[in-house]
Amino acid sequence: MSNILEIRNLSVSYGGIEAIKNISFDVEEGKIVTLIGSNGAGKSSTLRSIAGIVKAKHGEVLFEGENILGMSPDHIVKRGVTLVPEGRHVFPNLTVLENLKIGAYLRKDNITADLENVYTLFPRLKERSWQLAGTLSGGEQQMLAVGRALMARPKLIMMDEPSLGLAPIVVQGIFDIIRQINEQGITVLLIEQNANMALKVADSAFVMQTGEITLSGTGAELLENEEVKEAYLGKKK
Amino acid sequence: MKSKTIFKAIDIVLLLAAFGVAIAVDLVMPVGLPATVLKKGAVFAVVAVSMNLLNGFTGLFSLGQAGFMLLGAYTYAIFSIPLEARASVYYMQDHVAGFLNVVELPVVVAMIAAGAVAAIFAFLIGLPVLRLKSDYLAIATLGFAEIVGAFAKWEMLGPITNAPNPLVNYPKFSKVTTYFVAAGICIAIIALLVRSTYGRAFKAIRDDEIAAEAMGINLAKHKMISFVTSSFFAGVGGAMLAMFQSKAQANSFNTALTYEILLIVVIGGIGSLSGSVIASFLYIACSEWWLRFLDTPDVIPGLTRNGFRLVVFSAVIMVIVLFFRRGLMGDKEFSTERLVKGSKQFVKDIQDRKARKAKEVN
Repeated sequence: MSNILEIRNLSVSYGGIEAIKNISFDVEEGKIVTLIGSNGAGKSSTLRSIAGIVKAKHGEVLFEGENILGMSPDHIVKRGVTLVPEGRHVFPNLTVLENLKIGAYLRKDNITADLENVYTLFPRLKERSWQLAGTLSGGEQQMLAVGRALMARPKLIMMDEPSLGLAPIVVQGIFDIIRQINEQGITVLLIEQNANMALKVADSAFVMQTGEITLSGTGAELLENEEVKEAYLGKKK
Repeated sequence: MKSKTIFKAIDIVLLLAAFGVAIAVDLVMPVGLPATVLKKGAVFAVVAVSMNLLNGFTGLFSLGQAGFMLLGAYTYAIFSIPLEARASVYYMQDHVAGFLNVVELPVVVAMIAAGAVAAIFAFLIGLPVLRLKSDYLAIATLGFAEIVGAFAKWEMLGPITNAPNPLVNYPKFSKVTTYFVAAGICIAIIALLVRSTYGRAFKAIRDDEIAAEAMGINLAKHKMISFVTSSFFAGVGGAMLAMFQSKAQANSFNTALTYEILLIVVIGGIGSLSGSVIASFLYIACSEWWLRFLDTPDVIPGLTRNGFRLVVFSAVIMVIVLFFRRGLMGDKEFSTERLVKGSKQFVKDIQDRKARKAKEVN
């Protein structure tokens, strides 16, 4: 399998503070790849700079071989990379259906099939399609945020902490969905603080610490890694 | 389904009835307070709706409306004054700018030019200021409006703008109906824009910029479209206000005018076009007509006097802002269906409350 995304020497700084220091990693096509790490490690900044929302200092982001770093977010979405931002960010005063249609904003073709696909993944959204998104529960809003990103028909979907602030049973549901999305052939780049869950679904994983990638391996390997166990899984050596 | 069609039909009948009123006033009472109120109300409706497009639908808090109206009013006046009348209008008769001796535009073309000039300025101003957010954008646009006002009064521009002196003798709409038709066209275009996919993108930007950007909505481009469109119609509204006032003078396009329009938008409901239209007519009717009796000294001797209506009017507005925070319409549009269902619910609520009270007493 080839790499759908290759990050080369990416650096991002806010003012004088370097959030990401020269990181490089690959995302293999059709896989679930996760970045784990504590608060402030630079995970969100990585995703945001890939999505074009945050400007990088230097480096390269190759998507299907083309450098997308420095492109505006709409061009990046058009190429097939979408971001599910942290904290859900649904449009509260628009209906569920309108939210989904915004997801397909850049597409000119027919979206009926994609709408059906999203409704099959999330039957709850179909029931609530006329409801204002702001009135949904946290879990439903997360479903909507994921569904909305799928409406762009992405090749790579990037999710920023999808389990944040959700009840354990809902979190399980979200991870099931991540698997299902992946089975549809969409590559997933996932950021999580819930390292246990993330490593279980991931094909490969990277650990980020203060702006650098310190460890990498398959999900199963990192689950067994002593350092990871102690730092992120809450288990003693 | 059937009742929905009936309600839709009633909505259309009501809309036509509004134009019917305009025609009736033209026929029965072409001069007088009702005609004045309807004309001014139509003008303010255009500007309020254009401001709502920006503030209510795109979430850009701009206070530059009076500046764009001034640009529109002056453009209209300068280009539509008949060539033979120009010498009598400009105070420096031998200094009138050369092109003004040859260019005279027909009314409709001059109105579109008014909008276009406002839109061009909006584009140029928008490049730097649309990077700003909320209050900062408001301050920047407010400053822009002040600068435009100062330029219009500048001696050096006298050959074009007539400096601080008013521009007069340009063609005006005489009938209420004409005002209504012009306003109707402007408002219909904005309503179509709001309902298009662009409108949905505007609302997405208003609700959450980060998510909108992540979904591939080009923030700068869409904000600019909204800003330029809003300013275009503010310019056309300015031209109509110039017609209504029979003179175009920088002093009347001041910050107070922007606040009046903002007030109308807030009273009508931020994010409701029909709310802005209804509020425009109510606002103008109250300030110009219904409260005028308070200006006569003998209503309450010793208290009511010239200007007293403005005191009462301010109090009324404070009450509205305190108790109807979301305005008359909130962010919903007017429809007979909603009105009927809403009032049914209201009656039911009252009956429920009565029944509950009766139960408690027993």
